[in-house]
Amino acid sequence: MKFLTTNFVKCTSKACDSTTDNFPLQFNDCELIQEEQEFKPEFLLNILDRLDWSAVLKVAHDLGNDSLPQALPENVDPEDPDTLALLKDLHSLLLETNITQGEMKCRACEHVYYIKNSIPNFLLPPHLA
Amino acid sequence: MKEYVIFLAQQHPTFRVAELRALADLYKFEVDLSGHDEKSPFLIVRLENDDQASKLVSRGILSRGIYELWGVGDTEEELHQDVKRRSSHLWEKYNQCTFKFDVLAYKGKRSNVEKIRLIERFGYLDFHGAIRMKNPDQVFTILEHYTPPTEHDAAELPSKYYFGREVELSGRSRGVLEKYDLKKRKYIGTTTFEAELALVTCNLAHCVPGSIMYDPFVGTGSFLVAGAHYGCLTVGSDIDGRLIKGKGNANIKANFKQYGMPHLFMDVLTMDFTHNALRDDLVIDTIVCDPPYGIREGLKVLGAKNPERFEGKENIEIDGEKAYLKKDYIPTKKPYELDSLLYDLLEFASRRLPIGGRLAFWMPTANDNFEPTIIPLHRNLELKHHLVQEFNKWSRRLLVYVNHGDGYNGEENRAVTMHQEFRKMYFRSRRGEGTTLADQEKEE
Repeated sequence: MKFLTTNFVKCTSKACDSTTDNFPLQFNDCELIQEEQEFKPEFLLNILDRLDWSAVLKVAHDLGNDSLPQALPENVDPEDPDTLALLKDLHSLLLETNITQGEMKCRACEHVYYIKNSIPNFLLPPHLA
Repeated sequence: MKEYVIFLAQQHPTFRVAELRALADLYKFEVDLSGHDEKSPFLIVRLENDDQASKLVSRGILSRGIYELWGVGDTEEELHQDVKRRSSHLWEKYNQCTFKFDVLAYKGKRSNVEKIRLIERFGYLDFHGAIRMKNPDQVFTILEHYTPPTEHDAAELPSKYYFGREVELSGRSRGVLEKYDLKKRKYIGTTTFEAELALVTCNLAHCVPGSIMYDPFVGTGSFLVAGAHYGCLTVGSDIDGRLIKGKGNANIKANFKQYGMPHLFMDVLTMDFTHNALRDDLVIDTIVCDPPYGIREGLKVLGAKNPERFEGKENIEIDGEKAYLKKDYIPTKKPYELDSLLYDLLEFASRRLPIGGRLAFWMPTANDNFEPTIIPLHRNLELKHHLVQEFNKWSRRLLVYVNHGDGYNGEENRAVTMHQEFRKMYFRSRRGEGTTLADQEKEE
């Protein structure tokens, strides 16, 4: 599971939809690997629009990374060397970082989902479905 | 406006116009396709310029190429007369560029000697540029339509000739089908959707670079591959984790590597579509899928079939830990009705797609008792295409919807299907009833 995907997934229990604690999930005991991907700034810029940045910060923190800026720059310009460095960092974090094993816990209902062999499993037991 | 001739593939003729229409819609221009004849692979259209012509076929799967029309005729004689009448003002423009001639025939063929004779008769065009067989500036093409008198006899001469300047070749002509051929794909399964119609589906669904495509019944990921071919960042989910996981190194991710587009694979999630983890405010640009119809794979969602049997089971503990929180816990699933699932899909699409975003999915129907009432409709979604692929006793339909949002007020139909009947008919035993649909499908 790519780091990017952690920004798109919430708890699947319908009871948690009424709270705001069902996203992002809390990541614990994760094993990470880096998988090299070609750096495509345009492709990445497109993805940045879809991100919930505060959730990126939270999950990065769960995984031990507190080096990200508190906010994304207003106008992301890949020509600017500082921005380019940030984009490269984000590329490495969002697209190259894979969670191979680990747990995802809903902050609302505290249900724990697992990631096994890089695939997250969001299936629920009947009493939560 | 100028005239162009499109050379179409003679595969899935009922889908060809829809693909052209969808591509014109995607690039936002008008085109009259009423001249289309399912029996003919040639279609003359009027367009503003080469750019539109190129856009109409460059992504195409059911088209082969598009040509600026320089002449048309029932005989060679008529063709040359028409070329002289219609296009003499264009000749000078191309008389210095490098070029070559092509001869393409439908239901007929020519020897090389005959081809050269055909080409040499165009000497009056008076081109002075060098002939290049590789990467010429321009390709001039003679298109021949033969009409054999019977299936077993060949026609001696074409019944129609077209001559034109090649503007664009389609994805099909550039070898896309060979590239994605399932026989050469690393990971496939029994339900893997064939590449050709998966790609057509993604054309109808407007898959474009920079957009996110989601397949909620991803299986072995055939639609993800097709969507990624058109540049989508793709994500899929399936309640059946075994399909997603694959076997050893053969999995969906490996297919993306095989095709040189690993960056367009986001993830596949083990998940019940009706208990969806994708956050509500994530815009999904396109949804493409072939939902499970319970024919080969039973249609299931999360939950207990007999809830009373599971009452209190959430309290069971193993080694001091809640059983349902253990890593190897497998939740129970219950059967689900197809009509409910399809309506869930439409409802999901209406909430997640942007305005103008498209949902495309396939559904099988029995031919004997098909009623249009089984096509599900949602008040926010316009049914843009409804295409039928006929098999012997059953057919499957590709439905493509466009999201118009709350103001659309379209017709609503929760579609009471005869899906159970379809399943029964599909597996009806051979006893006195001939072959079953399942057998037929195998043959097909």
